[in-house]
Amino acid sequence: MNTQEGRALDGPAAPAPRPAPDRQAWRSTLQTLGMLPVLLLIGIGFELLAPRFGSWGNLSIVMQQASINMVLAAGMTFVILTGGIDLSVGSILAASAMVAVIVSLWPGIGMLGIAGGLLTGLLFGLLNGGLIALVRLPPFIVTLGSLTAVRGVARLLGGDTTVFNADLPFAFIGNATLLGVPWLVVIALLTILASWFILRRTVLGMRIYAVGGNPDAARLSGIRVWWVLLFVYSLSGLLAGLGGVMSAARLYAANGLQIGQSYELDAIAAVILGGTSFVGGIGSIWGTLIGALIIAVLSNGLTLVGVSDIWQFIIKGLVIISAVTLDRYRLSAGGKR
Amino acid sequence: MAMPRADLAATPVLEMRGIAKSFPGIRALSDVSFAAWAGEIHALMGENGAGKSTLMKILAGAYQADPGGEIRVDGRAVAIDGPAAAHLHGIAIIYQELALAPNLTVAENMVLGREPARGGRLDRRALAAACRPVLARLGVAFAPETIVGRLSAAEQQLVEIARAVMAHSRILVMDEPTTSLSSRETDRLFELVRQLRAEGLAIIYISHRMAEVYQLADRVSVLRDGALVGTLSRAELSAERLVRMMVGRDLSSFYTKEHKDPHERRILFAVRDIADDRRVHGCSFDLHEGEVLGIAGLVGAGRTELARLIYGLDPRTRGSLALNGKTIEVHSPREAIAQGIVYLTEDRKRLGLFLDMSVRENINVDIVEQDARWGGVRDFAAARRRSAAAMQTLGIRAAADTVKVGSLSGGNQQKVLLARLLETRPRVLLLDEPTRGVDIGAKSEIYRLIDGLAKTGVGVVVISSELPEILGIADRAIVMRDGCFVGDVEARDMTQETIIALATGAAHAAAAERAAP
Repeated sequence: MNTQEGRALDGPAAPAPRPAPDRQAWRSTLQTLGMLPVLLLIGIGFELLAPRFGSWGNLSIVMQQASINMVLAAGMTFVILTGGIDLSVGSILAASAMVAVIVSLWPGIGMLGIAGGLLTGLLFGLLNGGLIALVRLPPFIVTLGSLTAVRGVARLLGGDTTVFNADLPFAFIGNATLLGVPWLVVIALLTILASWFILRRTVLGMRIYAVGGNPDAARLSGIRVWWVLLFVYSLSGLLAGLGGVMSAARLYAANGLQIGQSYELDAIAAVILGGTSFVGGIGSIWGTLIGALIIAVLSNGLTLVGVSDIWQFIIKGLVIISAVTLDRYRLSAGGKR
Repeated sequence: MAMPRADLAATPVLEMRGIAKSFPGIRALSDVSFAAWAGEIHALMGENGAGKSTLMKILAGAYQADPGGEIRVDGRAVAIDGPAAAHLHGIAIIYQELALAPNLTVAENMVLGREPARGGRLDRRALAAACRPVLARLGVAFAPETIVGRLSAAEQQLVEIARAVMAHSRILVMDEPTTSLSSRETDRLFELVRQLRAEGLAIIYISHRMAEVYQLADRVSVLRDGALVGTLSRAELSAERLVRMMVGRDLSSFYTKEHKDPHERRILFAVRDIADDRRVHGCSFDLHEGEVLGIAGLVGAGRTELARLIYGLDPRTRGSLALNGKTIEVHSPREAIAQGIVYLTEDRKRLGLFLDMSVRENINVDIVEQDARWGGVRDFAAARRRSAAAMQTLGIRAAADTVKVGSLSGGNQQKVLLARLLETRPRVLLLDEPTRGVDIGAKSEIYRLIDGLAKTGVGVVVISSELPEILGIADRAIVMRDGCFVGDVEARDMTQETIIALATGAAHAAAAERAAP
């Protein structure tokens, strides 16, 4: 029962104090902070166990490891905010990486590999979006289908082998830095920033929340729900394409079978850790940023401490579940929902 | 204070003594004492927030009362520490928002939570056989195998009642049971409630509606601000007295109709032969500038469907619309809004509001695109201005416009939804049950708002199941039955009787005469 905030004002269920604006602001700050305390706690823990963890060099590695997942999770945030899901991002990433490397082998115009990767992602995203928004199929089923089919396409593209390009023209994305910050990190943070701008500063962003919060009401208020859905799945595809370019740039190569395997799960985990509601309509991109960082810090820290691969899986899974449990408890204690 | 009726047993079947309930920072109930005897209908009245629901939730075991009070059933003190305990003591509650599983059958819903299982297997045939006599006793037309989601709101409510009867409940609480019923369905419900009273149930009937309480109640208790104002016996009832008890002041003018007679003016909006050939079979009407046009009819007569067709929400098979004499094409809500036609849904929580979004965002949803700059970047200053102005003019009471709209009372939620529609400066308003689930004070304010809009020349269509509402605010009423217009009644001829006769088809011949242009 919602005893604290309840139905505030003169609502019928449980008249309760109206939260003073400043208290509300504080609560909303707390909600925005979300999992940040958890991230800091985990960070401090690793710092105590492995002093190398907190070094600039290592933190930069963590950021780089987080960057691709951050890009995928940003797209996933849009999708989950509308109450949907995109299971196909790992496969789209693989297909895009393949296209990016293959195109980069074209003499003279190798830089087109970037565009090729992005376009591939956008194309598959549009396909997902079209089936969901226009044919009105359930997102889970559509993207489950493309998870498999696009993986197949990725393998087909390279004849089921690894394609290399030792002179990858856009290798700087994966390996160089901009003013000391790795390009991967720059791209990931720019993606987050752009996502924030769209979600919070544009009409489209408001409509994404509206469609996720109440699709029927959205339709009644004249919002073209199909357009919003088409946009979020296309964006998710495009960002998966960007992730593909980033992966290819880092490895100078792509393999349709191996690359991006189960990346969709890390992306979903980051969004959920970030406090975005699976039903849609509630959540923020900052939460996703922190969620992605938690996942990266865990992988890095556990490796530094010397925990075996097998145990890393188990611990990561448990952390995700307990973090979300904690979140639910925190929110209900705070009176929300 | 009233004494119990002489023919009732000396011990009340239910007695709540000195019930108090505090939520952090607020007292929802203080020292409320309340009794109900077997074989009586005890109405519980009060504005939203008066504490009716809290009191009943304590009875249902959903809330725990503060220490000090006690609940007695048959004169014995009982502890109701959860829904199971309430059930054990024969207490059943039918909430305003029905608590049925729409995907299950009527029979399954009737025994939900206490299924008669044989070795863990649900015996569907035995179940249906057990349910059938209960349904027959209630005079219900549908079979126990019917899927609940396919039933109308009225029928679903009957399922809830059947569930209570099935469980041999002795105390039945009904929370605003007629909210979504037409007047015919309401009459049937009343018959049923009286039948249950005759069978010896104590019925606690929560309602805002004076007329219902008059028809049904043996006694009326009124709550205000969490305290019991008093209990009246049937003989002591008077509308004025009840209103004074509920509001604590006189409501001099409940309905407002100050705008001028619109018939001198020109036709603003013309609907011609609009139909979907399923629920609406060709409807035509003219809406004048500054007119309030009521559309009456029973639930299921096709009134909501008609509004949805006009608004472009559902595809139509024929018909045309003209605004200011010019034919317009409206095939989606987006096009309707662009033409200045807006629709207020009857189901504000499901189809209207974004409950997780703030009051400010809800008010701005429809207008945000017009305010935006640079191809879609929000203008937050404009949004703030709009919501502040709307809250002022509509009298929306909220701590701030940043609170979630879901935390507001029904009346304030409805005003937020109206504010959202008005931000687009519409010329034609289609209002579907504009005061449903709204307390008396807010109702009166909404009537005044509608009147004010008519004064500015806006055309307002009010679909309502509450006849007094149509009589009180409309210049003219169209009566709808089975997807067709069956009558057009001018203000001077409007009475409850003429409209009901048309709506039910009782005066078909007379209606045909009057409707003939």
